[in-house]
Amino acid sequence: MGEAPLVEMTGVSKEFPGAKALSDVDFRLERGEVHVLFGENGAGKSTLISILSGVYRPTAGTLRIDGEEIELSSVQEARAAGIGTVFQEFSLVPTLSVFENVHLGKEPRRGLFVDRRAMEESTKALFDELGFEIDVRTPIARLSRAQQQMVEIAKALQAKARVLILDEPTASLTEKETEKLFSFIRRARDGGVGVIYISHRIQEFAAIADQITVLRDGKLIGTVAAREISEAALVELMTGRTIDKVYPQIRRQNGGEALLSLRGIRTAGVNGIDIDVRAGEVLGVAGLVGSGKSRVWRGILGLQPLTAGKVTMRDRDVTGLATRRLLRSGIFYLPPDRKSEGLVLTASARENIQLNLLDRADLTGLLGMHSPTRSRAEADAIGTRVDLAPKAMPKTVATLSGGNQQKVLFGKGFGEERLVYILDEPTVGVDMGTRSQLYLLIRDLTEAGKAVVVVSSDLPEVMHLSHRLVVFCGGRISAELEGTDISEETVLGHFFNGQRNSA
Amino acid sequence: MSSPDVLSSTDSSSRRLSVTGVAKAVFLKVGVLPFFLVVALVVFSLISGQFLSLQNLTNVARQSVYLILVSLGQMIVLITGGFDLAVGTAIALTSVVSALAMVALAAAMPEHVWLVITLGCLAGFGAALAVGCLNGIGIAQFGVSPFIMTLGVQSVGAGTALFLTGGVPVSRLPQEFGNTFGFARVYGMPVPVIIAIVAIVVIWIVMNRTKFGAHVYAVGGNTKAAHLSGVPTKRVLFLAYVMCALLASLAGLLLTARVESGETNLGGSVALESIAACVIAGVSLRGGIGRVESVVLGAFFIVLVQNGMNIAQIGSYLQMVLLGSLLILAVILDQFRYRMLVGRA
Repeated sequence: MGEAPLVEMTGVSKEFPGAKALSDVDFRLERGEVHVLFGENGAGKSTLISILSGVYRPTAGTLRIDGEEIELSSVQEARAAGIGTVFQEFSLVPTLSVFENVHLGKEPRRGLFVDRRAMEESTKALFDELGFEIDVRTPIARLSRAQQQMVEIAKALQAKARVLILDEPTASLTEKETEKLFSFIRRARDGGVGVIYISHRIQEFAAIADQITVLRDGKLIGTVAAREISEAALVELMTGRTIDKVYPQIRRQNGGEALLSLRGIRTAGVNGIDIDVRAGEVLGVAGLVGSGKSRVWRGILGLQPLTAGKVTMRDRDVTGLATRRLLRSGIFYLPPDRKSEGLVLTASARENIQLNLLDRADLTGLLGMHSPTRSRAEADAIGTRVDLAPKAMPKTVATLSGGNQQKVLFGKGFGEERLVYILDEPTVGVDMGTRSQLYLLIRDLTEAGKAVVVVSSDLPEVMHLSHRLVVFCGGRISAELEGTDISEETVLGHFFNGQRNSA
Repeated sequence: MSSPDVLSSTDSSSRRLSVTGVAKAVFLKVGVLPFFLVVALVVFSLISGQFLSLQNLTNVARQSVYLILVSLGQMIVLITGGFDLAVGTAIALTSVVSALAMVALAAAMPEHVWLVITLGCLAGFGAALAVGCLNGIGIAQFGVSPFIMTLGVQSVGAGTALFLTGGVPVSRLPQEFGNTFGFARVYGMPVPVIIAIVAIVVIWIVMNRTKFGAHVYAVGGNTKAAHLSGVPTKRVLFLAYVMCALLASLAGLLLTARVESGETNLGGSVALESIAACVIAGVSLRGGIGRVESVVLGAFFIVLVQNGMNIAQIGSYLQMVLLGSLLILAVILDQFRYRMLVGRA
């Protein structure tokens, strides 16, 4: 080639007080390639892209773009150098429209005034080119997470990014949307853009990756051509050990009692759902984003208004009870977004778990006051159970890795005896190692006779864990599968076919 | 390249770990207050020899009772993620209503002085309760922003107090009221100080040992997460504003006893002072963070600084300038602290 690579990082290290996040890593990105960064949470992927996008400055090492050594001390500088980053936390203004967001900070002007028509038209043209069907005048707040993701990417491209960094872009997308995103990424790649792609989903790599760089514990393990490596070998590289059983065998208790029954549930995005959740089995719930698979549970829990239907728990009518009462009567709900709905980020891991111990009579001392020593001991015991390191317990949750945060969230469910566990996206943004630990917790709960609901956009996860699988489509159940009927083809087929009703 | 600089700076900082490391740990744990306190003590004791005398410090302790009570209430509300600008109104209304009630009742039954005082105090608490309920309902039930709600209620309350009295102080309160709650001492301790100590202990227990306290921290830390953990978030918010108003009301009664008349202008600057006391004491304006013992010290610090400025003969106009600046400085430092706590992600 003779030409200098688009991005070349040499000997890059980054130290934080008390931790070395990255040590002596080399990384190169060529024009027109999709380069996957792969590794467990805490392996240093985020640190690496944060350096490249100007958020952090490296402690040591050099960064070259087009062969020229460059120092990026802010996100703005990185952007000016042609590096566009789409972080997991979006940088969109919810109240502004799609086209205003795409042009935010770089509004075209005509004379003194912002040229809104030019903004709208160029955005529309860009979206047509990418094949995104979104009305560009819609406010961001009304879009789904998946659609917001696409707007975010379009925004980076509008800014003429030559390097596009995507941090887990498909975490909240469905297969169909993912496919669209991929075809767009390929188009961008063929236009000479270098794409850095972070993901935990190995099954995607064959479809999208040219090169794969594996990181572990802040060190470079190796860079390989995607074509030349198998999934198993990748997992081994990532974890340093073979994971032959990510998904545990879960024994099913036959003829379990229906602990939670939904009849004719209607709420925004859900049009009449009947489901029985039985003791001692895992009920999987699959479907596209917007299919209602998540909203049906939010509806019965009172998190969005229920318009019709009946909910019974062990023959007791609990329809329309306050969220708090439903939780107290034995439901645990694990929200899909741990940061916004799950955790008190400024509090420690221990305090977050303790919040769910307040109703425990045995931890209450004199005059109904809670005993700090006993509740702390109980919280620590729960921490051990969900495999949190003791040194993580007093730490502010915001400083923990995503995997550890998810363990804290699980820990909140172990304080009290519950009957029904509704787990909405239980492993979103969590690495393989942690995932398998969380799956073991799901197994333990199920085999202890609890009713477990796993709502997930991760198809392999929901397929492997479930004894029974309901597929949602357009606010209805399009299929209910069991045992050997659960296969990728049948499930995917029912994603788009809402005609057949479960009734 | 900057890497040599970066390396050398990390080297030297590790050598100074003993001093800066401890300072940083203290800053993260309790906030700016210890540093402010040290600076204030050094500066004012250099200016005047009397400043550090036992007599002056006792005096400061007695004067700070009122601000401590209000700040405790303000703290609860701040921890929920809101704030209360109507604490001054709660004080004024308490003062006016209790005084009017005592004067009227004393005329009706002059022989039952203590019954008159008790009923008068209850009337005062009742007035503040109304203020707290109004705030609580608006913020918890209707979701009005705490800023607008308490600002509005502040105006409503101040107007009501002025309307009730015509702006004239209500005098001729029963002698025993002022003598007992304003000036009496028990075992050499001023009664207001004893009342404040009891209040501090009670609030400490509420915040650290009861479910309600844990709920307050959770609601301020993340309302949605608290809701999904079974916390009655609306009730917690409501009760926080009610408790804040009642604590302000207690301060109002003690102040009324001290000045021996019902006044509409008591507590004029207390909203600012109490928020300043809390923020300096490390209560986060984003909610979820704050400690009772620090807030007590924070309120003490504000009164100490005012006392020091009086001794240094700084005029009251300039004092306002300094107090406001101090608040802003504390908030800026709080931003840094929050970022250090949560991490830069």
